[in-house]
Amino acid sequence: MENFVIILTIFVLAIFVGFEVITKVPPILHTPLMSGSNAISGITIIGALISAGSKQTTLTTILAFIAVVFATINVVGGYLVTHRMLQMFKRKE
Amino acid sequence: MGVNWLINLFYLISATLFIFGLKMLSHPKQAVKGNFISAIGMLLAIIVTLLDKRIVSFEVIILGLITGSAIGAFFALKVPMTAMPQMVGILNGFGGGASFLVAGNALFEGIYLKQILTNQFLIATVASGLIGSITFWGSMVAAGKLQGIIEEKPIIYKGHHIVNIFLLLISLFIGIILVIKPQLTYLYYILVFFSGVLGVLLVTPIGGADMPVVICLLNSYSGLAAAATGFVLNNNVLIISGSLVGASGIILTNLMCKAMNRSLTNVLFGGFGAVRVSEEEDIYAGKIKSTTPEEVAILLDSSKRVCIIPGYGMAVAQAQYAVRDLMNLLEQRGVQVEFGIHPVAGRMPGHMNVLLAEADIPYEKLKEMDEINPVMPQVDVAIVLGANDVVNPLARTDPKSPIAGMPIIDADKAKTVVVIKRSLSPGFAGIPNPLFAAPNTLMLFADGKKAILEIISALKEL
Repeated sequence: MENFVIILTIFVLAIFVGFEVITKVPPILHTPLMSGSNAISGITIIGALISAGSKQTTLTTILAFIAVVFATINVVGGYLVTHRMLQMFKRKE
Repeated sequence: MGVNWLINLFYLISATLFIFGLKMLSHPKQAVKGNFISAIGMLLAIIVTLLDKRIVSFEVIILGLITGSAIGAFFALKVPMTAMPQMVGILNGFGGGASFLVAGNALFEGIYLKQILTNQFLIATVASGLIGSITFWGSMVAAGKLQGIIEEKPIIYKGHHIVNIFLLLISLFIGIILVIKPQLTYLYYILVFFSGVLGVLLVTPIGGADMPVVICLLNSYSGLAAAATGFVLNNNVLIISGSLVGASGIILTNLMCKAMNRSLTNVLFGGFGAVRVSEEEDIYAGKIKSTTPEEVAILLDSSKRVCIIPGYGMAVAQAQYAVRDLMNLLEQRGVQVEFGIHPVAGRMPGHMNVLLAEADIPYEKLKEMDEINPVMPQVDVAIVLGANDVVNPLARTDPKSPIAGMPIIDADKAKTVVVIKRSLSPGFAGIPNPLFAAPNTLMLFADGKKAILEIISALKEL
């Protein structure tokens, strides 16, 4: 229970940090914000990697493989497409 | 425990880099660097994870990483900017999918290794399965609708609310049993199945015009699913990242709803746009003044300040590059050109800005609604290009209109309004637009791109 309260605290505080940081992003960058934050939500990849590498059962390994693929698409696709968009805003100077 | 504290320390650095990265998105100049910093954080998290002692073999990992990277990179580099909402939708879905798979595996492995599973673990697993599956399937439907593979109009049948509530209750019921009897691991995938059906049925009744809200909401869910998985794995970086994304999605959902002056409940359950009311077409009778590209060119040439108000129709006509050329030509002649961007002008938050930036239009020229409206009376010519509902004055004047109270760009306050549109057909809201019949409005009936190109060549001949 004690552990739960600790991570719940982190969860709640992080939401507040999120609100503070995100409200400062101007509307013109909202699309890259969405794709970029999307890439961040691909952080589940670390859970997928451990599960895929620990090879407990065939079923979990197959499911973990799919999870790694999904999360990697999320991470790689998210960061790349965000970069592509932000580059377009940058080049006019 | 051993090196666990060290791994967690690195995760903390990753989380910090994510926050810094997002913070740097507050200005277009630093944004590229911000995204890079965030990506470094992710790379760090992945590398540190690979050092985890629980990993005994790397074949599956490497195969997964290569497959995912190839697919992800292919789509990221190929996707046209107009299709960005679908892309983000699919990415949301994959994030949610990965989350429920990871949580499910944690449960299977826990039971297999006969570990003692805490209530926190079990409840979080259920939450991750529920939210993750709704996100995955909901996103696939949303992306399908945006891509035009699935019927864009709201698909509504009698009693769909009851069916949805029923599905949610079933899912929750299965979840409760799973928490009490976790040995019944197969229940997890039954839970995932029912939540998946719920995800599909939640999105199908929502019309294409409301997809921006849905995409934002699913963005938020994908974050919450990651956070829930963080509670499953007791992993702080998952919780922090998940809540950042969750917060971001909720803020954007809120902004989109405000920009349409509708509540989230109304967007999700209203079935907006299902009934098309084509009332009082006589609003236009005898009052429409149509014009020619040549006339518009003369008008533009003699003006000092021009404001272009683009809508999604501009992107459909692929007129962005022509618009940029027109802007350059006018600027050379000393005309000040700006763009008035409504928050829901594209099909996701900020979409129109991306489309214009792609065509090399400097971001300083892209003005938000609140920025452009106060100066609109000083604008000599407002060009409405492929936009309709977002410039409809009925939003201000008619309290009974479906768009009543929606903030609009006050194009009608400009000295002259030129509306480039193929016909008088209504926009997503399905209502007539009195702006087209206003005394200071000229209608240029043509395809957006063709019209702009003709205006350009007429201008060059002046």
